[in-house]
Amino acid sequence: MKNFKKIFAVLLALTLVVTCFAACGGNKKNSANEIVIGISGPLTGGAAQYGNAVVNAAKLAIEEINAAGGINGINLKLVTADDEGDPGDKAVSAYNSLKDQGMQVFLGTVTTGSCLAVIDKTKADNMFQLTPSASADAVIANDNCFQICFNDSNQGIGSAQYIAENNVATKVAVIYDSSDAYSTGIYNTFKAEATKRNIALVAEQSFTKDSNKDFSAQIQACKTAGADLIFLPIYYQEASLILKAAESASYAPKFFGCDGLDGLLAMNGFDTKLAEGVMLLTPFAADADDAAIQKFVSAYKAKYNNEIPNQFAADAYDGVYIIAELLKANNVTADMSASQICDLLKVGIAADSFSYNGITGAGAALTWDASGAVSKKPMAVVIKDGTYVAL
Amino acid sequence: MKKSSKSIKPNTKKSLITYIMLVVAFVIVQIMLAAGEMSYMMQDLLVPLCVYAILAVSLNLTVGILGELSLGQAGFMCIGAYSGSLFSNLMETAIPEAMIRFPIALLLGGICAAIFGILIGIPVLRLRGDYLAIVTLAFGEIIKNICASIYLGRDANGFHISLKSVTDMNMAADGEMLINGALGINGTPKDSNFIIAFIILFITVVVSYNFVYSRTGRAVMSIRDNRIAAESVGINITKYKLITFALTAFLAGVAGVIYSHNFSTLQASKFDYNMSILVLVFVVLGGIGSIPGSIIAAIALTLIPELLRDTIVGDYRMLFYAIILISMMLFSSNKTFKDKLFGLVSKKKKGEVK
Repeated sequence: MKNFKKIFAVLLALTLVVTCFAACGGNKKNSANEIVIGISGPLTGGAAQYGNAVVNAAKLAIEEINAAGGINGINLKLVTADDEGDPGDKAVSAYNSLKDQGMQVFLGTVTTGSCLAVIDKTKADNMFQLTPSASADAVIANDNCFQICFNDSNQGIGSAQYIAENNVATKVAVIYDSSDAYSTGIYNTFKAEATKRNIALVAEQSFTKDSNKDFSAQIQACKTAGADLIFLPIYYQEASLILKAAESASYAPKFFGCDGLDGLLAMNGFDTKLAEGVMLLTPFAADADDAAIQKFVSAYKAKYNNEIPNQFAADAYDGVYIIAELLKANNVTADMSASQICDLLKVGIAADSFSYNGITGAGAALTWDASGAVSKKPMAVVIKDGTYVAL
Repeated sequence: MKKSSKSIKPNTKKSLITYIMLVVAFVIVQIMLAAGEMSYMMQDLLVPLCVYAILAVSLNLTVGILGELSLGQAGFMCIGAYSGSLFSNLMETAIPEAMIRFPIALLLGGICAAIFGILIGIPVLRLRGDYLAIVTLAFGEIIKNICASIYLGRDANGFHISLKSVTDMNMAADGEMLINGALGINGTPKDSNFIIAFIILFITVVVSYNFVYSRTGRAVMSIRDNRIAAESVGINITKYKLITFALTAFLAGVAGVIYSHNFSTLQASKFDYNMSILVLVFVVLGGIGSIPGSIIAAIALTLIPELLRDTIVGDYRMLFYAIILISMMLFSSNKTFKDKLFGLVSKKKKGEVK
């Protein structure tokens, strides 16, 4: 009888597994007259604010587009999936879940690690992919993938160029996240360019995802090395802690960051006085005078509890509009398959005739070539009196 | 599958049920694939499911049979994944045939992981219980961090390696990056598929059963049950502990190779302690020492959060997952709770069962 119970238990377990498989069978077909745009990004977990910013901004853009009559009368529909910022099977699952929801154009992913995990899937599916914020150079290796943000090598080289050409500093230190694809990507290109331009790198300090709370050791090392500028190719949460650590060590070098530092001023509980004089490269400043930016910022604030949009939101907002323009220009209809749309769009976006004037281009129109990189010039700003001032 | 025509031994029967269960699941999946009744998400989850099942079964050997707590599974998987991927990338032109290249990569990944298993096993297996868990956890983290900081490249002058940055490698401009720090390994050929992963899972189960029922397995279990008694009858404790640990590491390494050849990119950040703990949860939930239990737990716990994606639970699925986990733990360990639940079902059969 004991054995019977065991067999019975195994059978029950098997049924459970089988129903699991069966429950998710069948691919949903898109029947309504709408084009489905999918976003996958970290909606939960440590990087959730980036993913949610992207989703929020995309929702806003899609509502605006649909209210204005859609794409030649066809509405846009947004589907989202949470990839938890995972660089492996979860990212692929999120992408597949979007496909199961009938996605025809992919606006993702938000983080670089997840993006690298799905690029070969999107290539195999011939899915048009436009990533708002995955900045590694390897992301756009395939012909179906395009970036809205400027890529890591642009930022690293741009920063080194700026520091060398303007004689900002003579002794430079770097603090970077050695466990992060974005941070090491910029660090490596920065170092190569800095060596070429004879900038003295006196200290190279790193931290990992697991040790990003206390930076006194790194700051002390930079101080001992006598660095007069610290380059920070990292995100703003860690940067805020580094600024604090520098202050308590009564060490006041110049700080220079990349687009990851955007969001520093809007951070809760952060004393913005600490950020005075911090220089950074950013595609987007929420308090710029530009009419389009102001329209976006006020609409975003009205919709989402007075939250100030960061560059992730801005890139996603532009991304939806870019896709909308492309769909319109290529007369895409709702019944086309993802692959058909991709064939049209990847040619369309790289064509000379296509350009887009959005909120992240610093006034210039964005264009793409077949490589997938965007023609964005990193714009250097300095934080003065709590706002960005162009350098 | 060994089947004797005479009366079947209880052990054989046990393993036979597991084999049949695996084959039935495989056939069902194949039928569903052929009928086109499977969502895109499920299709791509099949290989990770097999990988997690292999990890759980192999960890069960250390946790369930040897009775030691190991949290280094992700570390061994990472070693296997990196060495396997590196091999496939280097040999892609030399051995164009995936059917020859991939088995070698599998074996190599497993052997590399096993070597590390033995290396850390020699000092570490003197420790017991919590201490072993802490050391293996630290080992996994070290492996992850080292892998995330390796830069390896190849140009006309040969190989260049650095633990600091691309510039420090002094590689020629036209060189090819093989391992790119935190960006990991790119462009691994996609050699693994569900059938291969399933075959490896099947082999893992066969190996595990044969290990458990072998002379070695009995020796290992005697160490678990009473170390002093085992030692007094002349069982070489260190040797048997090392064998089990190395076998676990080998299988985890193989799982790593399958995993890395399923995605074209491989980043070390995937193999953090969460992964090790997750695998341990599979083993504990499936019943320590139970091989089919490990497989079922691995499959169920990997599928639940994915399937909850499209439901109303949405972003709260990890919360839901935790609740399911807690209630399953309660259910499997708390007798009163279990009896109450079963009491509802089997009241009428009371006289019959037991």
